[in-house]
Amino acid sequence: MSMDQLNLNAVVPELTLLVGAGIVMVADLFTPDERRNRTYLLSLAVLAVVAVECWSALAGDVVGYAFNGMYVTDPMANVLKLASCIATGVTLVYAQGYARDRGLWRGELFTLALFVLLGIQVMISANHMLVIYLGLELQALSLYALAALRRDEARATEAAMKYFVLGALASGFLLYGMSMLYGASGTLDLNELAHRISTGRVASRAALVLGCVFIVSGLAFKLGAVPFHMWIPDVYQGAPTPVTLLIGAAPKMAAFAIAFRLLVEGLLPIAADWQRMLVLLALASLLVGNVTAIAQSNLKRMLGYSTIGQMGFVLLAMLSGVVGGSTASTANAYSAAMFYVIVYALTTLGTFGIVLLLARQGFEAEEIADLRGLNRRSPWYAFVMALLMLSLAGVPPTVGFYAKLVVLQALLASGAGPAVIWLAVIAVLLSLVAAFYYLRIIKVMYFEEPLDDAAIVAPQDMRVALSLNGVAIIVLSFVPQTLLALCSTAMLRTLGG
Amino acid sequence: MNNAFPWLSAAIWIPIAFGVIILGAGRDRNGGVVKAVALFGSALGLLATVPLMTQFDPAKAGMQFVEKAAWIDRLHAEYYLGIDGLSMWFVPLTALLTLVVVIAGWEVVTDRVAQYFGAFLILSGLMVGVFAAVDGLLFYIFFEATLIPMYIIIGVWGGPNRVYAAFKFFLYTLLGSLLMLVALVYLYQASGGSFDILTWHATRIPLAVQELLFLAFFAAFAVKVPMFPVHTWLPDAHVEAPTGGSIILAAIMLKLGAYGFLRFSLPITPDASRELAWFVITLSLVAVVYIGFVALVQSDMKKLVAYSSIAHMGFVTLGLFMFGQIGTEGAIVQMISHGFVSGAMFMCIGVLYDRMHSRNIADYGGVVNTMPHFAAFMMLFAMANCGLPATSGFVGEFMVILGAVKYNPLIGFVAATTLILGAAYSLWMYKRVIFGAVGNSHVAELKDINGRETLGLGILAVAVLWLGIYPAPITTPMHASVAGLLQHVSQSKIPAGQ
Repeated sequence: MSMDQLNLNAVVPELTLLVGAGIVMVADLFTPDERRNRTYLLSLAVLAVVAVECWSALAGDVVGYAFNGMYVTDPMANVLKLASCIATGVTLVYAQGYARDRGLWRGELFTLALFVLLGIQVMISANHMLVIYLGLELQALSLYALAALRRDEARATEAAMKYFVLGALASGFLLYGMSMLYGASGTLDLNELAHRISTGRVASRAALVLGCVFIVSGLAFKLGAVPFHMWIPDVYQGAPTPVTLLIGAAPKMAAFAIAFRLLVEGLLPIAADWQRMLVLLALASLLVGNVTAIAQSNLKRMLGYSTIGQMGFVLLAMLSGVVGGSTASTANAYSAAMFYVIVYALTTLGTFGIVLLLARQGFEAEEIADLRGLNRRSPWYAFVMALLMLSLAGVPPTVGFYAKLVVLQALLASGAGPAVIWLAVIAVLLSLVAAFYYLRIIKVMYFEEPLDDAAIVAPQDMRVALSLNGVAIIVLSFVPQTLLALCSTAMLRTLGG
Repeated sequence: MNNAFPWLSAAIWIPIAFGVIILGAGRDRNGGVVKAVALFGSALGLLATVPLMTQFDPAKAGMQFVEKAAWIDRLHAEYYLGIDGLSMWFVPLTALLTLVVVIAGWEVVTDRVAQYFGAFLILSGLMVGVFAAVDGLLFYIFFEATLIPMYIIIGVWGGPNRVYAAFKFFLYTLLGSLLMLVALVYLYQASGGSFDILTWHATRIPLAVQELLFLAFFAAFAVKVPMFPVHTWLPDAHVEAPTGGSIILAAIMLKLGAYGFLRFSLPITPDASRELAWFVITLSLVAVVYIGFVALVQSDMKKLVAYSSIAHMGFVTLGLFMFGQIGTEGAIVQMISHGFVSGAMFMCIGVLYDRMHSRNIADYGGVVNTMPHFAAFMMLFAMANCGLPATSGFVGEFMVILGAVKYNPLIGFVAATTLILGAAYSLWMYKRVIFGAVGNSHVAELKDINGRETLGLGILAVAVLWLGIYPAPITTPMHASVAGLLQHVSQSKIPAGQ
């Protein structure tokens, strides 16, 4: 395993994706509107090839560096890339009916979605602060444009504007933090940074910690943790639903990955400093996200606040990886966070999939009341939605329960001190609050009568994908072991290799 | 026993499988088939529990019918089932009550038939799972999963205020069990990474931690039992739930809490249990006396029986926390008996409600004139509810009172007031509803119970009488396990040197 080579083998999925996105972009120029399906199928084909490449890299258990060690392919990266690839593909399938009805079924949607994924993959594999930044910007700029795709609608434009301004601010935070870390340590390479800090070769510890503050703030922005969460509800609500899904699912995995790279691989020696920040962020997110979600009547907005609460749990897992300088439980904690993020993404796909399923020409189906009596209209999709809500609430036997369980376990394993136990108790009590608004969705679907009996019109492939999404949740609920073990071994290999 | 047929798995998964089939394939238009399949499924589920009764070895204190399989390696959790003398009777009890519920809902439920019966069958399997789980995580999952079908049952087929009741039920019980989840994960850490309940029984824990664990378990189980003062969800849930929901809620779901005390609180935190027994005993006595008076003044039949359930469950927790053989066995007998009696009482109210669409005592009067057979059945159950000898209600209460007198005569005296209070509220309600002149024109038009209702009530009547006249077959399998439990509780588990 040499660090000083170009080693293009390690970046095959990204190269495929780049070339594929280019082909889709050019091919779409010569595709008339009524044959847009070609672009769609071509994009899916590109995603399928990339997914297979990620899978084979994962199966081959490859750990490789590219571009002189600026880029790393390790099992964690492969798992997350595979998951984000699937998430993007599923999003495109879900988007079909909605986007057609609203004139969004255009080449930009596909090209930009592929570029978002490219940015995500670069972020996931970055081993160097500049590469992280490059990936982040590629992802973010594509998403800004996607959010503004419905430029004739005021709310979408407003959401895009907010997303752009706040996102740029977050990128600025992150970049500023990186510059401080560079100033203090003289390197942008993450492994080298950790090495220099632990051997005391830093110019100023104050600059280092200040830089860390900015890094954590920037990450909190991207994850959507309180108090850097303001963009989430507005963007979730305002953006066209498929774009909300593009923003909500895969980028969370990327945000987790860069948080892992920066905090664990780069700033591990000053873990005590960022741990305390994460505690505050986690508690604030759990509190604000879950309490505010109760007051929402718009489903997308409610899911936005619910995301904030869910991210609180991810942060809880991330902060429990290092105990008093010891990294014995690190793999345990970060695999818990990783499992949580993947399960979250899968669940988010399903929930927004239901919103897209119910939407039709001139009807967004984004109010909670629009779900009324869904059980009468379609028992199966009502059941899937109920399952997704219970999973988000963390009620057994759904997969969301195991996600919360492994996080709690990681938290309590990080030391049996009273502080940790109180943290766990507060977290579960706030998830009780969360249970209320998730149950309310079930109440609306099951206990109330439908307002209209309009048949659910959705393309066949979307129905199949959504049903598979539901089945995946059911299967994972009964045998979570496979995914848990996958996350566990990937994290062990990543930290060990 | 490892190679034998997995009867426990069968008892869990047969009802669930039938429930899933009904949910998947059943629609309102083929309601007849749905009911037949539900009846067949619940009968098959009951049959699967027969070997558990016949092949159970009463001499053994440990787990029997053990099944063990890998499940989640990451957390060292196993699919680990088994029953001992403490849990074995609850498995057939659950299966039998499910059958009764299917019979009780036969003609009554006309809306979303498949979902109604599917929910009850799935719920039945989940509850059996709670009693059979020997793995802490598996227990928790079954314990929590029961909330989902019950939430749907109350919310969809319940009364006018059903949404409020469903939410209150779910959130109240979730609050308690989330704290228990933290305790379970703590025990997992403390025992060196195991979810095996039997390993936890042997884990040594300092007293201060034991007390916190005890309180966490208490939060979960006391809400479920329910004990005073966290009982307020029960009257709401009962009043709004459909008849079948009330039957299952009172007959089985409340037992999950009391069973939790037996399986978790007492053996895992014995020192804290002894330390805090006064607290539990006090709350139990409050439930027996105060809630007994509350029951007396109810004008709604379902509310009255709901409060009487709380009072009876107070007896159970009282029996459990005196740490005597007779008191503990009395508590378990009381749990089983209450399963039959409360189930029967709610079914009786359901029979009246289906005809009159009222639960108000004042709307009735003189029902005996038009429904003599029904009146006879209800007489039996009302007598059992107040603990008349030769009914099942007597056995458990008498044993608990005996244990209480031995433990502390004053507690025994207070506990014994239940015999008066129970008679007062049960018989007074019975008198107002059944006896006297025909109250109004609606009562005059009532039709007596049909064959289906007779069958449902008959099954329960036989059980009540059998348990009351000849309880030995029920108590014999308990002796060894209860003795083992008490021996376990009497030993300190505080780590040496503290």
